[in-house]
Amino acid sequence: MRKKHGHRKLGAGLYIALCFLFLYLPILVTMIFSFNSSKSLTKFEGFSLMWYERLFSDSEIMEAVYVSLSVALLATLISTILGTITAIGLSKSRKLLKEVIVNINNVPIMNPDIVTAIGLMILFSSMKIEKGYLTMLLAHIAFCTPYVITSVYPKVRSLDPSIANAAMDLGATPFQALTKVILPMIKEGIFAGVLLAFTMSFDDFVISYFVTGNGVKNISIIVYNMTKRTNPTINALSTIVIVVIMVTLVIVNVVPAINKKKNKKKMALELENMNHI
Amino acid sequence: MKHYVKLVRPYLIWSVLMIVIPLILIVIYSVTTGGNTLVNIQFTLSNFKKFAEPIYLQVFMKSLQIGVITVLFCFLFGYILAYKICKFSERAQSFMILLVTIPMWINTLLRTYAWMSILSDNGIVNTILTKLGLDPMTFMYTDFAVIVGMVSDFLPFMVIPIYTSLSKIDHSLIEAAHDLGANNVQTFFKVTFKLSLPGVVNGIMMTFLLSVSTFVIPKLLGGGQYMLIGNLIETQFISVGNWNFGSAISMILAVVILIAITIMRRMDPDDAEED
Repeated sequence: MRKKHGHRKLGAGLYIALCFLFLYLPILVTMIFSFNSSKSLTKFEGFSLMWYERLFSDSEIMEAVYVSLSVALLATLISTILGTITAIGLSKSRKLLKEVIVNINNVPIMNPDIVTAIGLMILFSSMKIEKGYLTMLLAHIAFCTPYVITSVYPKVRSLDPSIANAAMDLGATPFQALTKVILPMIKEGIFAGVLLAFTMSFDDFVISYFVTGNGVKNISIIVYNMTKRTNPTINALSTIVIVVIMVTLVIVNVVPAINKKKNKKKMALELENMNHI
Repeated sequence: MKHYVKLVRPYLIWSVLMIVIPLILIVIYSVTTGGNTLVNIQFTLSNFKKFAEPIYLQVFMKSLQIGVITVLFCFLFGYILAYKICKFSERAQSFMILLVTIPMWINTLLRTYAWMSILSDNGIVNTILTKLGLDPMTFMYTDFAVIVGMVSDFLPFMVIPIYTSLSKIDHSLIEAAHDLGANNVQTFFKVTFKLSLPGVVNGIMMTFLLSVSTFVIPKLLGGGQYMLIGNLIETQFISVGNWNFGSAISMILAVVILIAITIMRRMDPDDAEED
């Protein structure tokens, strides 16, 4: 009986391993071949950093890295502020207004990227805004903010509404009550929103591709243009992007777990102290 | 307490401008002719009629077909994966779920580009086949390549919601089913699967939405001639420049997805109760 159980666990492990292989094969291949000493994408002919050297000396790619990073940072900052104040305001709004905003907010989340993209493309051209960096930034704010709202709003809703009132009764201005009482209590939701907004923006291809112009390109657009011919520089660039995202995700997932542990320890210690008293 | 009500105003204006108006513009473009500027427009349904031509209908059917196949494979592999992950200790589970999540955050484009070198004629798969003494095969620019790319890309979107539903199931229900004489198969279909339906519904909606609207994967793995709805929209806007027809196709795509979501929601016991 026990043996059968062992076999089953082994089978489950094998299946899971195969699925992970399928999910990670493209990532592994990209990383391995970024260190290849030849142009081949199929035969590994020796370790070299030549593609990384080429990457850093390619001014077009470096420009794209700058565009991706700066758009992601700005879009994250603006959409986090906009999304957070909206979520706080929503919790106090009348039911009708709340429903209208929540429903509008769900449109970009439920709509395929390509539909959002062409909508914005038509909007910018009918408003006669020249396509380029600004349109890309505006579009990124537009698709990031809904995700910030959906991650902050539940936290705001779970707050006790009398807390802000209590702060104001005690002499805080509404602004102080907001920054000193409400924001600290919803910071987990805001943090989740920041992470979502940054990765969504940094990773975006479809929307950027439709709304950009005048030679402004982010990393994804450069990669898309380079896929037409074999170019291992893409692998080097991808590897850096992948490592950055993986490290961020691991930190985000591991740090709270460690903190929790620390807190538990601290609580246990405090409890013990209290018992002594 | 009405202090913070005003805080929604900036977003109200912003969302009307950046979300509602673009949608209205798409609708206007789809039912008019008169070029890409809205100067002298005329109402027409010819953009939709054009879509009924056999070449476009074929593209539409092909998109649905590839979408459904992708969803089926994602469901099959994804359900089993989520189910097996649930059998491990809590710690191992959260680690494995993190591993499932990571690829979701890495750009589709980068991963699809890697599949090109894996599946190409002298790619890694064919190198292994030749070493095993088998004949190399052509994978690139086939439906197979497109489906492999899509399943690999969208699988996490199926696994995560199903895992969430499965991990919420109260274990005592399964024990109760066994106590009442149900065997493993009966317990799975009558208890476990039914309770995991909300996750299944969400997973199917997500993967269907992604697979019918993508244009990157078919373009890179299916080749320049390979056309799905997403590619058709892209060419209308980027190379052909017929925004009216492009908008009409986008409307059709949005409606198809809306119908699919409505059908799926009906199957979700949780949502049905809310209505």
